[in-house]
Amino acid sequence: MKPTDISNPDYFHKVVDCQWACPAHTPVPEYIRLIAQGKYDDAYMINWESNVFPGVLGRTCDRPCEPACRRGRVEDGQTKEPVAICRLKRVAADFKSDIKARLPKVPKQKNGRKVACIGAGPASLAVARDLLPLGYSVVVYEADPFAGGMIRTQIPKFRLPEAVIDEEVDYILDLGVELRAGKRIESLKAVLAEGFDAVFVGTGAPRGRELDVPGRKEAAKNIHIGIDWLSSVSFGHVTKIGKRVIVLGGGNTAMDCCRSAKRLGGEDVKVIVRSGFEEMKASPWEKEDAQHEGIPILNYLVPKAFIHTNGKLTGMTFDKVKAVYDDKGRRNLVPTGEPEQQFECDDVLVAVGQENSFPWIERDIGLEFDKWDMPKVDTSTMQSTIPNVFLGGDAAFGPKNIIWAVAHGHDAAVSIDKFLSGEDIKVRPQPGVSVFSQKMGIHEWSYDNDVALDKRFKVPLKEAAVALKNIKVEVELGFDVATAFKEAQRCLNCDVQTVFSDNLCIECDACVDICPMDCITFTEPGEEKALRQRLVAPAVNLVQDLYVSGALRTQRVMVKDEDVCLHCGLCAERCPTGAWDMRKYLIDMTHAGPKCRPEQPQRKAA
Amino acid sequence: MTYITKPKLHHPSLVKNQVGYTRRDYEGAISTLCAGCGHDSITAAIVSACFELDIEPHKVAKLSGIGCSSKTPTYFLGNSHGFNTVHGRMPSVLTGANLANRELIYMGVSGDGDSASIGIGQFAHSMRRGVNMVYIVENNGVYGLTKGQFSATADKGSKSKRGAVNTDDCIDLVMMALQLGATFVARSFSGDKAQLVPIIKAAILHRGAAFLDVISPCVAFNNHEGSTKSYDFVRDHNDAVNRIDFIEPRAEITTDYAAGSLQEVRQHDGKVLRLRKLSEDYDPTDRIGAMNYLLQRQAAGEVVTGVLYLDQDSQDLHGSLNTVGKSFNRLTEAELIPGSAALEKINATLR
Ligand SMILES: Cc1cc2nc3c(=O)[nH]c(=O)nc-3n(C[C@H](O)[C@H](O)[C@H](O)COP(=O)(O)OP(=O)(O)OC[C@H]3O[C@@H](n4cnc5c(N)ncnc54)[C@H](O)[C@@H]3O)c2cc1C
Ligand SMILES: Cc1ncc(C[n+]2csc(CCOP(=O)(O)OP(=O)(O)O)c2C)c(N)n1
Ligand code: SF4
Ligand code: SF4
Ligand code: SF4
Ligand SMILES: [Mg+2]
Repeated sequence: MKPTDISNPDYFHKVVDCQWACPAHTPVPEYIRLIAQGKYDDAYMINWESNVFPGVLGRTCDRPCEPACRRGRVEDGQTKEPVAICRLKRVAADFKSDIKARLPKVPKQKNGRKVACIGAGPASLAVARDLLPLGYSVVVYEADPFAGGMIRTQIPKFRLPEAVIDEEVDYILDLGVELRAGKRIESLKAVLAEGFDAVFVGTGAPRGRELDVPGRKEAAKNIHIGIDWLSSVSFGHVTKIGKRVIVLGGGNTAMDCCRSAKRLGGEDVKVIVRSGFEEMKASPWEKEDAQHEGIPILNYLVPKAFIHTNGKLTGMTFDKVKAVYDDKGRRNLVPTGEPEQQFECDDVLVAVGQENSFPWIERDIGLEFDKWDMPKVDTSTMQSTIPNVFLGGDAAFGPKNIIWAVAHGHDAAVSIDKFLSGEDIKVRPQPGVSVFSQKMGIHEWSYDNDVALDKRFKVPLKEAAVALKNIKVEVELGFDVATAFKEAQRCLNCDVQTVFSDNLCIECDACVDICPMDCITFTEPGEEKALRQRLVAPAVNLVQDLYVSGALRTQRVMVKDEDVCLHCGLCAERCPTGAWDMRKYLIDMTHAGPKCRPEQPQRKAA
Repeated sequence: MTYITKPKLHHPSLVKNQVGYTRRDYEGAISTLCAGCGHDSITAAIVSACFELDIEPHKVAKLSGIGCSSKTPTYFLGNSHGFNTVHGRMPSVLTGANLANRELIYMGVSGDGDSASIGIGQFAHSMRRGVNMVYIVENNGVYGLTKGQFSATADKGSKSKRGAVNTDDCIDLVMMALQLGATFVARSFSGDKAQLVPIIKAAILHRGAAFLDVISPCVAFNNHEGSTKSYDFVRDHNDAVNRIDFIEPRAEITTDYAAGSLQEVRQHDGKVLRLRKLSEDYDPTDRIGAMNYLLQRQAAGEVVTGVLYLDQDSQDLHGSLNTVGKSFNRLTEAELIPGSAALEKINATLR
């Protein structure tokens, strides 16, 4: 193996598992430390800059960071749990003061470029937020009367209060968005004809998938498409539902449907899903929340027919199936041959999937679609086949989530900014890296290097009796300051990197002896595969890199397995020569603006 | 030194040994020695050796004198018995403890100052009496704890950190141990755990006085150019005569060795030490040969390491005193006061 090139920002970025996993690459450990210090405003602003909706995401994010979190690999005992990264984000939002003065200033003098965003969901709003401070004029078209997209229309208020949405959407609108709400765009051609310099399409995946089984038409009055029903609930058009409700589907929409139904008069609400419980698409915590509210989830049942009498829905029938895996490991659901099962019900909510639909994009204006009738979009630039038309969020690659929508928004804004500056948008900006040694004394560091052994703290909930009575009562109460501190202390500070200088090492073994996780080995150089086997502890997690030094005096090399390092700094404390140092690598994604354009001086990578 | 304690968390692959402990369970309090001190590596080697031998920590007594080296028993085997004696008196306290309770494994940890200066008499007598113990000298050529004065093991002509040249002849504790009758004598280097850990294991399994001289650089006062106890000097002048490959009752030979390159030495308990020879005609069962070799190499400025001498038919103090098999501290009144009939019998033999 060659010596590791730590000047490549990706090397240490990957060590910060959470930040690497976050689509918007939020500097997680940095904001968690600020929360521990009680600096909520600073913690909020770091989030706001990278993920735009900290208050919203701190309650609703799909949190790809948490399964990645190193803490989940190193804890002792049966349960190994990640830091509650997402709910700490909410803490920053909950306890911050008025941060308006810290929001970017928008120049009075516009730069003369006009950008249209279609749809006012998180993707478009992120584009607007990135471009307005640069002097662009941004027009946002939205079919609904308000901005926010599915954040507002789909996510139930008991998970995300209206006030949080208003606050964070308004931060962006107040930068000077020209919002044309209540205006559904019926023709992309027409928008392009208005002379915008660039157009961003952030219209989401607005169509709920149908369930075509016998009885669908006859009983239509009591059969509702999940996302349509949820938006009607959000806007207050629907305020009640029958006593017995069946929710079909195993995704997050199904979980929101069943919990909403439970609050609108549903007494016997159940979720019925084709797959097994384990394979359901919903996040584990959403399933848990639903079950906690007394909603059973029945699995391996395939809908067969809606039962109705005189046009009134009375129940549904299902076939029982089981999962059978073929030799390629693919799962098939095959009937068990048991008699069909019937469940009585008054209403059915169909939440079996969500689709894109672009009836308003003409097929003859140069915007190409692929064989699945999805627009062709470049995954890194977000550009369509019309050079000045960009897509992002659920509109680009199908339904995902808010944080991906935001990440796409940042990427599209960079592309638009470069494109309108006449630059090659394929050349993507490197992140900014600032390096700070944490050394303050022989055994003093400017971060708290002692590793807390606490297990993950639970977010307190409103009592079910109160929560289930009112659909607007938020269920999660959020951490209080004291618990937030303790949870923040569980963070391992993975951005404080162990940096090795081979010219200083005297091969005394002190770091090897002290390392609680057996990360460090001095050994003969070799190929990665062999090296991984002959370390002090085998490096079996192949997605985690080995840090390899240049040759030392004995011709051996230092090899560090990054996998389970606690960033406790003990190696650096025990090193007599300072060959190890703990250095904070603050990695900031480069957003639209001067820094993303190469003729501007780039921030120096460490 | 370190302020935070070593986190309890450990590598997911950490295993338990046959007596149910992990390697981490053999650690002690966190070291307060200077960062990079060779003594800490010896500590780590003792931890590994005891873990690998499936030793129950409560069956070990660790004794030491005064010095940085003598502080180290605090840093390993946190659940074992311990005694910190006055300077240079570890051997006599250990001898007493061993006489009172022969069931424990005795580990005496000392420094070159502790053993070759103030405690040299104690060292000598524990060796010649054959006290069943592992006697480890963590040898850095200086009095580390008192800020780096030359110790009696510092080589003549070697330089102190401030440039002063040592004009006294040095004491070689290995030579002394050989002369005085130690039945297991080895030298190793704190920076070479692959050699050191098996040697400690073999020494623990040995019956009788096992003496280990472990060169252990003092990073604060004796790791400079001109020192003969620095990491660089020892690495450059290390003449390893052999390596222990196995310590097993009847381990199969799984590796191919060149003919004549292996030496098997049977221990009193039937365990076989399999030594891989690095120096062709070095025979560790030949005491006089060993002494000759050591003198020659020493004159050439080399540091000879490895298992230097091993007496297969070793005896220990209890054997030569012909004591009862039971530990003294377990003898009850019935055994200690056998009654007037027994007294009569003894008296009769004296008449
Ligand atoms: C029930 C449900 C719950 C969810 N819960 C979560 C969650 O907890 N966490 C999470 O991260 N994600 C969640 N999601 C997914 C998340 O809401 C979306 O991935 C995200 O909002 C996508 O953002 P977007 O900007 O791409 O589009 P959207 O948020 O869908 O916004 C698109 C906007 O464009 C408007 N629009 C569409 N067509 C036109 C047109 N022709 N003219 C004008 N305007 C138009 C729409 O009215 C809409 O306001 C959930 C989704 C659903 C359905
Ligand atoms: C009776 C007595 N005399 C002198 C001292 C001072 N003293 C403390 S440690 C030490 C020397 C220790 O040297 P060594 O055994 O080599 O240990 P190191 O610190 O080098 O590991 C001396 C002389 C003492 N503590 N007690
Ligand atoms: S910071 Fe150093 S000592 Fe701590 S776990 Fe990582 S490599 Fe080991
Ligand atoms: S503690 Fe420092 S000098 Fe010693 S081996 Fe580790 S990196 Fe090298
Ligand atoms: S002074 Fe020398 S012997 Fe003592 S702890 Fe420091 S390095 Fe080790
Ligand atoms: Mg000494």
